[in-house]
Amino acid sequence: MIPMIYYLGLAVVLFGLGLVGVLLRRNALVIFMSLELMFNAANLVFVSFSNYYGLLDGQALVIFVMVAAAAEVAVGLALMVMIFRTKGSIDIDQMSKLKE
Amino acid sequence: MSAALIVFIILAVIAVAAALAMLLSTNTVYSALYLIINFIAVGVIYLTLGAPFVALAQITVYAGAIMVLFLFVIMMLGAEKLSEHEPLKWQRPVAIVLGLALIGESVYALVTRVGTAMISNPAAEKLADPKALGTLLYSKYALPFEVTSIILLAATIGVVVLTHGGKKEEKQ
Amino acid sequence: MQTETLFSLVPLVVFLPVLGLVINLLLGRRFGETFAGVTASLATGLSFVVSVILALALKGSPEGVSVPFAEWIKIGTFNASWTFRVDTLSVLMMLVVSGVGTLIHIYSIGYMHNDVRHNGDPARFSRFFVFMNLFIASMMVLVSADNFLMLFVGWEGVGLCSYLLIGFWFEKGKDGIGNALAAKKAFIANRIGDFGLLVAMFLIFWNFGSLDFKTVFAAAPAVASAHPTALLLITLFMLLGVTGKSAQLPLYVWLPDAMAGPTPVSALIHAATMVTAGVYLVARSSALYTLVPAAQTTVMWVGAATALFAATIAVAQFDIKKVLAYSTISQLGFMVAAVGMGATVAGMFHLVTHAFFKALLFLAAGSVIQAMERGAHEVKGHNSELDPQDMRNMGGLRRQIPVTFWVYLVGGLTLSGLAPLAGFFSKDEILAAASEGHTAVFVVLVLAAFLTAFYIGRQMVMVFFGEARTSAAAHASESPKVVTLPLVILAALSVLGGLINLPGLTWLEKWLGHTLGETTSAGFLWGVAGTSLLIALLGLGLAWLIYGRKPLVKDAPDPLQSKLGGLWKGMNNKWWVDEAYAFLFLNPFKAHAEFTAEKVDQGGINRAGDGLGEGAIGLGKRLRTLQNGFTRSYALWMLLGLVAILTFMVLR
Repeated sequence: MIPMIYYLGLAVVLFGLGLVGVLLRRNALVIFMSLELMFNAANLVFVSFSNYYGLLDGQALVIFVMVAAAAEVAVGLALMVMIFRTKGSIDIDQMSKLKE
Repeated sequence: MSAALIVFIILAVIAVAAALAMLLSTNTVYSALYLIINFIAVGVIYLTLGAPFVALAQITVYAGAIMVLFLFVIMMLGAEKLSEHEPLKWQRPVAIVLGLALIGESVYALVTRVGTAMISNPAAEKLADPKALGTLLYSKYALPFEVTSIILLAATIGVVVLTHGGKKEEKQ
Repeated sequence: MQTETLFSLVPLVVFLPVLGLVINLLLGRRFGETFAGVTASLATGLSFVVSVILALALKGSPEGVSVPFAEWIKIGTFNASWTFRVDTLSVLMMLVVSGVGTLIHIYSIGYMHNDVRHNGDPARFSRFFVFMNLFIASMMVLVSADNFLMLFVGWEGVGLCSYLLIGFWFEKGKDGIGNALAAKKAFIANRIGDFGLLVAMFLIFWNFGSLDFKTVFAAAPAVASAHPTALLLITLFMLLGVTGKSAQLPLYVWLPDAMAGPTPVSALIHAATMVTAGVYLVARSSALYTLVPAAQTTVMWVGAATALFAATIAVAQFDIKKVLAYSTISQLGFMVAAVGMGATVAGMFHLVTHAFFKALLFLAAGSVIQAMERGAHEVKGHNSELDPQDMRNMGGLRRQIPVTFWVYLVGGLTLSGLAPLAGFFSKDEILAAASEGHTAVFVVLVLAAFLTAFYIGRQMVMVFFGEARTSAAAHASESPKVVTLPLVILAALSVLGGLINLPGLTWLEKWLGHTLGETTSAGFLWGVAGTSLLIALLGLGLAWLIYGRKPLVKDAPDPLQSKLGGLWKGMNNKWWVDEAYAFLFLNPFKAHAEFTAEKVDQGGINRAGDGLGEGAIGLGKRLRTLQNGFTRSYALWMLLGLVAILTFMVLR
């Protein structure tokens, strides 16, 4: 009964907020968390369309997205720990070895 | 104004507010907790959309496992306060402008192209029992399912290798 | 021997001189001066022998043959091959070129022996003969050509040799560069003429579809009635080429400067052969010219005007070679006027006799100059202050160098047109043709003839008569036999040359008639003959009166100067033509070239190129700042791109 566009709009807003978060914050952990927010928004879109069409495929894909997100978080946080051990900080601006 | 709409609006507001709070909070632990609130709100929205299994999976996996992992690491590294010095001066304004632009354009596109014609289907709730989802997963999406297990395996090994090597050096 | 095989000997006229030049190029320096000189003279001499054989063979079949030699250009319907044309006109030219050429080569052995020592570079001896043989080869290519393209190849070849030989002493001359500048001037003036000839050839190909003489001349009447303007343009552009090569108005300015080359060069190239190429071209193309009366009139007037103009300048020159140079221009004017009138035989006759006596005069002048140098050497030892070519430094040389004096006298009298020497008959024929219907031209030519007699009389009196005006002249000594023998032979030819076309026994006319078609000659007009004889005597007599009766003393001004005043100044300064050209054409062109070189090329175009480079560097510098190493800013750029694409898609 609720128009789809509300769900899609919410997803868009969450996605945008996550994106801004990735760009604005310098704490690497907060950046990761914003990434999770973006994943979440995508999941919302999947589920809403699964509801609209009456197919369960969307939900299956959401499962896969969650798995991928989990794996990515694990590895990413392990990397963050390693970097913290060498650099002593998780400020992402300090990791600018791309230009030396 | 049906009940479903009111529920949705409340949940939506909570989700967006929690997201904003996560972005703006200076304390990393608080950010993590706000994110958990966001996940729970979205999970409830899933419930209203007739996806119970996904909703609970969201709360269990996302809020329960992933965020807990986050909190572990935050505690381990110390929720430090970063220095105020911002090396990229233009970053903040431009990012905000572009973010708003993105949101605005997407909403505009949605409104003009999609419109309010599409309505969610309440009858879908009947369809979504875990049995049906499980059957789908193991029949049509069997291959991706197996692949995800490999992804998890790879992630596990990767994490162990990454952190194990470092520990050895510390000991020496 | 069969005439076919004899005719097939014709490539030898070109390749014998080529062989000579190759031998001299490779071995000339090693085996000494005599070897080089003899090789070159032998090559030219054998070429002459072949020409004689061809002439004898032509007696049997006087129509002439084309002897194909090599394929050259074959594009679609355009076919230009190297074919030799053996007919009476071309063989006549071959005889003149190789005959006079051989005599000049022999003369040069002795002359250059002295000249390279006087100028300080004995090693350059063989190079001279290489160039001379190259010239003979090119001239032969020119006269034996069967189509306009091969003629042009020879045309350009002789132009090149002229440049090389004028600038033979390239490091000498005014300010150390004068000779090189003279060579350059010759080449460029010729180039302007060549442009005319090229355009004419393009037009010929366009209208006739071929460059072969046979095809073009056969189709000429048809084209004349269909496209008369085309034929007019062709003939006029050809005339431009003729004014360049044969030194007519307005492109004659290179010939006086060309006197910077050694004297045999002046004799061979700028008197006897190269400059006659233009006359030959008009004679060969007479089939075209007779169809365009307007072009004929133009040619005639160009020749007549040049004849008079150059004669006036010759009257007031002091350099012995310059007088002869302007005399050549003037006589060429006679020839061009003749072929313009349609009296082609008369023009060719004068060409032949002029080759004899002008070569004689130049070579004798060379002998005089070297005699002066010997005298100066004896007196003061290589004194460079004395100009051995200035007639004011000479005088009374008839006692010092008698052989040279007598041959010079013969040459001078022939030039004035005194009967029964060769010049009388040839010039008289031209005047006779002019008197029949072209009265204005007749008057002009008569005036020019009067001046001719006057200036050559003046020259002879100033050089040979009176008392020696400098000690160098008093001590001048005769040239060796190898120099004087060719002079004597040429003098004999100048006396007897009239025989080839005596009125009544018109051998040349009949000979050329096979190629040029039946020509109507004026016959011997007693009135005209009497007039020309009279004015010759008048000119000589006047010269004796002014210059001979009271012999000139050193440093005295020319007696004519006071009488003519302003006119004298003009004549002495060659009517300021070179200055006018510099003002009208050369200086604006130089200014334009400088402007283009500096402002446009170095300023504009170079700076544009540099600017591009600098712009790239600047852009690179600015772009480098984008890479600051911060991942966040890279992410921001990605977002910017994303928003841009999205905007585009939304707005579409």
